[in-house]
Amino acid sequence: MALTIAEVEHVAHLARLRLSADELEKLQHELSHILDYIDMLKEVDVSSVAPTAQVTDLANVMRDDEVRPSLPREAVLANAPDQRDGMFRVKDIF
Amino acid sequence: MEYLVTIGLEVHAQIRTQSKMFCGCSAEVANAAPNTHVCPTCMGLPGALPYINRRAVELAALTGLALNCRIEHNNVISRKNYFYPDLPSSYQRSQFDDPLCVAGWVEIAGEDGTRRIGLTRVHIEEDTGKLNHQADGSSLVDFNRAGVPLMEIVSEPDLTSPDEARRYFQKLQQLLRWIGVNTGNMEEGALRCDANVSVRPVGQKEYGAKVEIKNMNSFRAVERALTYEIQRQKAALDAGETIRQSTRGWDEARSVTVEQRLKEGSEDYRYFPEPDIPPLRLSDEWIAARQAELPELPAARSARFIAAYGLSATDAEVLTADRADSEYFEQAVAAAQAQGVGARDVAIWVTGELFRLTKETGESLGDIHDRFKPAYVGEVIALLANGTITRTSAKEVFEASFRDGSAPAQVVHARGLAVIGGGDALAGLAREAIANNPKSVADYKSGKVVAIKFLVGQVMKASKGQANPQAAQAALEEELGRV
Repeated sequence: MALTIAEVEHVAHLARLRLSADELEKLQHELSHILDYIDMLKEVDVSSVAPTAQVTDLANVMRDDEVRPSLPREAVLANAPDQRDGMFRVKDIF
Repeated sequence: MEYLVTIGLEVHAQIRTQSKMFCGCSAEVANAAPNTHVCPTCMGLPGALPYINRRAVELAALTGLALNCRIEHNNVISRKNYFYPDLPSSYQRSQFDDPLCVAGWVEIAGEDGTRRIGLTRVHIEEDTGKLNHQADGSSLVDFNRAGVPLMEIVSEPDLTSPDEARRYFQKLQQLLRWIGVNTGNMEEGALRCDANVSVRPVGQKEYGAKVEIKNMNSFRAVERALTYEIQRQKAALDAGETIRQSTRGWDEARSVTVEQRLKEGSEDYRYFPEPDIPPLRLSDEWIAARQAELPELPAARSARFIAAYGLSATDAEVLTADRADSEYFEQAVAAAQAQGVGARDVAIWVTGELFRLTKETGESLGDIHDRFKPAYVGEVIALLANGTITRTSAKEVFEASFRDGSAPAQVVHARGLAVIGGGDALAGLAREAIANNPKSVADYKSGKVVAIKFLVGQVMKASKGQANPQAAQAALEEELGRV
């Protein structure tokens, strides 16, 4: 299944990736190839299989509405590349 | 050209729980220090498993029932995937194909009777974190709000004007607060609203392009933003332009809507069932238990107030705007009736004096319940009705009792407000008036009976208004007979 460059650009946008023209072309081929590979799954007859999102057979796993301790803030921010005033600092995005 | 306006609202309401939707972190985040109510689950850290809050599901179902929805038996939590810095796991847990509540309605009052606004769905989801934009081009992220339980209440495109949209939103706020599932606090963001609005020329069948408006933080903002946007769209259509489907933000300071970044379409969110949360299968018994939790709702209570207490429709509506107010009123009526005071008198004093005072202090009747007890309303009215105090004093007693919580009878005693109905006190005042006004006495004695009115006035003045005029005249007649 061949992807268009526009489709690759769209997927890159959703992934918040900025790609050069070369990269777009390279990924167009690679992603198309992966999709071809995935397409092989279509050969399997699943007409008698119900859509399955869960395999545990569990249902109604719920907890009581009780407050448990949260993490100390130092631990929360321990791996933050940048921080200020107890918050994660990131580039502004609109 | 003449246009038809079509509006639908999406209301996000924080579900009033102690803890978050999928973890035990506190959901009381409005005034918490940044990033102090977070854990591996609501931070989206690898390996952390979500564990759904039963109470949040119960309260959302209760909301659905209050909004006349059908509660669905099979519920699936789905992942809505997108990248944004306020979304720690890069997906929001929400509901897509299988919302908890569907096909409801609410009734709102309009110029010509009530109108039924359809509700498409009520589903549960988690809130995102909060971005604090900085002047230096960075944003500071606080994840306290991430994972807080929300309900999204989606109306049908049944609203036809900004005014109607506002009244629908206000009705929702009233109902959510009434059943105790949401604080209704818009300043703290516990209740938020987005709107979809389109216009089309009269006669055109299909809807115009849908424009979504975000960032409206008050009832007034909803009405103003919609009014602006409708004018903008009409002007564009009049000028021969076409309206594109888009998302716009309401800029309160400039009073305009501004086009926002292009958002993902529904397909781009790649919704799929959350593999970490087993489905919810809600039994008929479970739904019946929610139904049993539902209190009498405002419309039913208002109708009952009219039927049982003979209130006007206006008074009944005012007294059922807030649940605590309506309960205060009923307790006041019960206590008053025991003293022979009628419900309508109680309604007059509550909607008049009491609401005047609470408006001044900024309190609700729920707030004052333990101070100015509901029974006090009837006690003041009874003191007035049985002639113990005058109407002017009644207002004074009512207010004094409201301020410091002393029982009305106590206030009357402490301030000496009891009407001087007779006895020695009144006789003394009568003798005094007679001694000080020989001319009026002479006039009276010479047959000008009307002269006694002046003497009654003097007694009233001397008693600072606390004498009963009839009793004062009787006392004067008796004393004059002895002169």
